[in-house]
Amino acid sequence: MKKYNYSLIIGLIITIVILIITIIGQFWTPYDITGMNSMLKNQPPSLTHIMGTDNFGRDVFSRIMNGCGTTFFVAVCTVAIGAFFGIIIGSLTGFYGGILDEIVMRVNDVLLSFPSVLLVLIFISFIGTGKYKIILALGVMFIPSFARIVRSEVIRYKSQEFVKSAKVMGAGNIRIIFVHILPNTVVSLLTAAAIGFNNAVLAEASMSYLGLGVQPPDPSLGRMLSEAQAYIFNAPWYAIWPGVVIVLIILGFSLISEGLRAIRN
Amino acid sequence: MKYFIKKIITLIITLLFISLLTFTAFSVIPGDAALSKLGVDASPEAVERLRAEYGLDDPITVRYVRWLGNALHGDFGQSYKYETMTVAQLLQTRLPVTVLLAVMSFIIIIVVSVPLGMLCARFSGKWLDVVITQMTQITMAIPSFFLGIILTYIFGLIFKVFQPGGYVGMDVDFWGCVGYLVLPAVAVALPKIAMVVKYLRNSVLGEMKKDYVKTAYSKGNSVNQVLYGHVLRNALIPVITFVAMVVAEILAGSLVIEQVFSIPGMGRLLITSISTRDYPVVQAAVLYITSIVVIINFLVDVLYQLADPRIRTA
Repeated sequence: MKKYNYSLIIGLIITIVILIITIIGQFWTPYDITGMNSMLKNQPPSLTHIMGTDNFGRDVFSRIMNGCGTTFFVAVCTVAIGAFFGIIIGSLTGFYGGILDEIVMRVNDVLLSFPSVLLVLIFISFIGTGKYKIILALGVMFIPSFARIVRSEVIRYKSQEFVKSAKVMGAGNIRIIFVHILPNTVVSLLTAAAIGFNNAVLAEASMSYLGLGVQPPDPSLGRMLSEAQAYIFNAPWYAIWPGVVIVLIILGFSLISEGLRAIRN
Repeated sequence: MKYFIKKIITLIITLLFISLLTFTAFSVIPGDAALSKLGVDASPEAVERLRAEYGLDDPITVRYVRWLGNALHGDFGQSYKYETMTVAQLLQTRLPVTVLLAVMSFIIIIVVSVPLGMLCARFSGKWLDVVITQMTQITMAIPSFFLGIILTYIFGLIFKVFQPGGYVGMDVDFWGCVGYLVLPAVAVALPKIAMVVKYLRNSVLGEMKKDYVKTAYSKGNSVNQVLYGHVLRNALIPVITFVAMVVAEILAGSLVIEQVFSIPGMGRLLITSISTRDYPVVQAAVLYITSIVVIINFLVDVLYQLADPRIRTA
């Protein structure tokens, strides 16, 4: 009997469903996300407003649909920045070694010993808040973890037969790194990307919750939570739904990374 | 001995590097202290005067050496926002709160996760292991601040066992303060418990495959004797390094959780100072927090080495 990779399947289902709702939410939402209606303040979930309404009478579901877009945008951009520079730094230091490798890895060690939320908080205190600044801060923070993974993979492969034969056939170093070695690291990179996604979602939500991340008018799940906290007695659903969606996004990606790890072994 | 000296030198260099980075980073950001204090409408002369008073006109190297020298004496200057308080006084009142919160979450993590991890390993593959593993998977996905909000709602508003926002100072009523910090500590601890359980479980299962376990069994030890007498000690060694990471995470988690439960600790201080551009406070807070993380890592390295002398040669 074939053993299914349940983690990967469930993770993909959760992520794809949220992704579809999010993409729809960028073009169409059931209600206007800024449309206030004082008659419909703090309505509990019902058939017309499936996740209820907030303190301004805005539809929570519509706002979540739209807000997830910011979450995904920030996460994709940060992982892209981290992966891009991480791959370049990691493959070059891993392949060439030497004193530069030593220095870069020491700096990496120090950075990796700090939790990402803490580093982002520190970084934000230097550069200020906003959607693009949080992307910059998070992206820079993710470079070390990608660099480390790529570096160890490159070191693992660089003395193997297929690299030697490529060298004999006259391939240059750059070609060996990017054409021969890197394709072998795809599964590890995907795992790292899934974990990076998680951390990015979590860090963005935390920063926005603290008021240091995404700023209005950009919608954000984290900020919805901090606004909702004041009304938790009258409208608990306003706080619960954005939180549940954050949990589902993170759960989806961690299941995917779990599943990918199972494939790799 | 050589190992320790090397470690200590690395520690000092790292701390110096951090202080230099913190200082320069805050020196290059636009908008300076004098301007932010007096506002944009202030006359240029008044701004000039205040700049001279703060010593902002000196070259950057002079300012760094002066700042570091003062910092080593515990003097971080004056807060821009709280005019009557020095930064050192502010930190003195805030730091113990965060430390208490972090220590409490740490105790919760260890007390809960070590038995759970052992249980999982003991019954690996059985329903108990599956249930705990799935639970940890879900708790790991819950951001601590969301958990904090949920806990506030359940215990503060439904069961009314604690008063949201009703923090009492440590110096006023120590146990009252500890009582208030229980829920925040749980909120910080829960996602990390999941991490430690998972890590310990895998570490124990890895050890169980080794030869000495077979030897112990063949000598007639029971499963529990082998597990607690032989395996646990070896399995805990890699967990020590992992716990160092968790301690840093706890610190970061506490910073966020303080905002959820309105606890006047380092986190709230840091966040309000960032938003009010109270740079001397931010600088000092950042320096403190990063130094604590670096020192904890150092201590764990040393501890790890004492627990397992083999790594000294490695």
